[in-house]
Amino acid sequence: MSSSKRSTIIVEQLRKQQMLEALLRGKRLDGRNFDSYRDLEIEIGIIDKASGSARVKLGNTEVIAGIKVETGEPFEGLENKGALIMSAEVLPTASSHVEPGPPDEEAIELSRVVDRGVRESKMLDLDKLSLIPGKIVYTIFVDCSIINSDGNLLDATSFAVVAALLTCKLPVFVVQDDKVVNTGDFMPPPITTIPISVTAVKIGDSVLLDPTMEEEACMDARLTITTQSDGDFVALQKGYAGPFAISQILQSAEIARNKGEEIRSRMKGLNKTG
Amino acid sequence: MNELTLIDEHGKRSDGRGIDDLRPIKITVGVIKNADGSAFIEFGKNKIIVAVYGPREVHPKHMALPDRCVLRCRYHMSPFSTDTRKNPAPSRREVEISKVIRESLEPSLILSDYPRAVIDVFVEVLQADGGSRCAGIIAASVALADAGINMRDLVSACAAGRLGDNIVLDINDLEDKEGDADMPVALPNIEQITLLQLDGKLSSNQFNECLNKAIQGCKLVYEIQKEALMKKYFGNEMELKEEVV
Repeated sequence: MSSSKRSTIIVEQLRKQQMLEALLRGKRLDGRNFDSYRDLEIEIGIIDKASGSARVKLGNTEVIAGIKVETGEPFEGLENKGALIMSAEVLPTASSHVEPGPPDEEAIELSRVVDRGVRESKMLDLDKLSLIPGKIVYTIFVDCSIINSDGNLLDATSFAVVAALLTCKLPVFVVQDDKVVNTGDFMPPPITTIPISVTAVKIGDSVLLDPTMEEEACMDARLTITTQSDGDFVALQKGYAGPFAISQILQSAEIARNKGEEIRSRMKGLNKTG
Repeated sequence: MNELTLIDEHGKRSDGRGIDDLRPIKITVGVIKNADGSAFIEFGKNKIIVAVYGPREVHPKHMALPDRCVLRCRYHMSPFSTDTRKNPAPSRREVEISKVIRESLEPSLILSDYPRAVIDVFVEVLQADGGSRCAGIIAASVALADAGINMRDLVSACAAGRLGDNIVLDINDLEDKEGDADMPVALPNIEQITLLQLDGKLSSNQFNECLNKAIQGCKLVYEIQKEALMKKYFGNEMELKEEVV
């Protein structure tokens, strides 16, 4: 719980009780509506050495995504497609609970769910990123660093990845005499759609969007829904031990489409100015 | 050959600096909400963020010391921080740099004030540009001050090096790779050296000149560190003062 990093268990329990009582009255502790996001700040091009980069601040949650492009062998079974590799690390700077070291199960789930949204929506047309079919393709690394964590890392990381991909400039490689040469030119990425993930959590009987760390500490269950530009669903992930009612799932799905469209228009704005 | 590319006949270096010039440095204090202390430094093209957590309980418990605090330090580079992507797993280089950063900071702190506790310093390099260990130390010391850790003094750091016959201040990435010597130095302002490394060849005279130059660089950096802390803690008062004048 971010606001109570020096507090005792008793204070945390009182805070939880306060939250549950507020939710019954239809209020959240930070004054938001159930379906509103915290302030979203997106800054692009912050790392000169990356082919694309973005810093996303969602309330106090802060994530940086950076893209590096290389050439390499394609994945097995996807011989004619560029390779997309995504990773996310929750840095030990992010909160007092993070231990340095290899990603734990939550960090792995995080990068896999973000990856799924981008991959399944075919946001990047990987067919256009093959150089010598079956042998050499573009390898696109998208690495995310969570700098400060205050809940909803899934959406913040997903937004950072999408913003970095939308605004990246890929180096142009060409094939000369069976060798791959970097021409020194750049091209825009082959974008087909913009996936946006929207995360809802269930606390008691209430369903809230964009949970803070405090709210996550009280949640029974979490649901992440990713939609693409035409409103179709491309990735879902339910997390945590509690259940969702069917009606809550259907309601969340509808909210995710509307909210996703709202955030997508912000992303489209980036592409024009970036 | 090196002299031709790295330093021209007017004494200008590849990035336009003179031999005694530092790259531009900007330090922002208190940038990570959850951390007990934090700082962000832009040092040339280096972009480094540092978080301090602690003093807090030691895990695992057997690491605790009965008479003083344990200082832990992690220097890590983000995969997108370098020209070719860096594998996110810690490299041997990062392990060594973590160690020398810790050892350069440790003498400045009064660790006996916090027995059985630990202070964690996390140095994350978001973009690397040569001299990242110095920049990391500079930001880490400011972040420790921001966390309210008892200290004798801030630790400042700066490298000097040799390009042909010239001893120059603050080696950048290109000069690090193509130059003849790189010597990072850290000193708390109380005139004690806490970091000294050398990568390259220096004669005895050149070594003396290099050390002096690096120490002068540290002193310039020290003022910038103090200013950054003043700005966070007494920013409003500084403005008031100016208005009065």
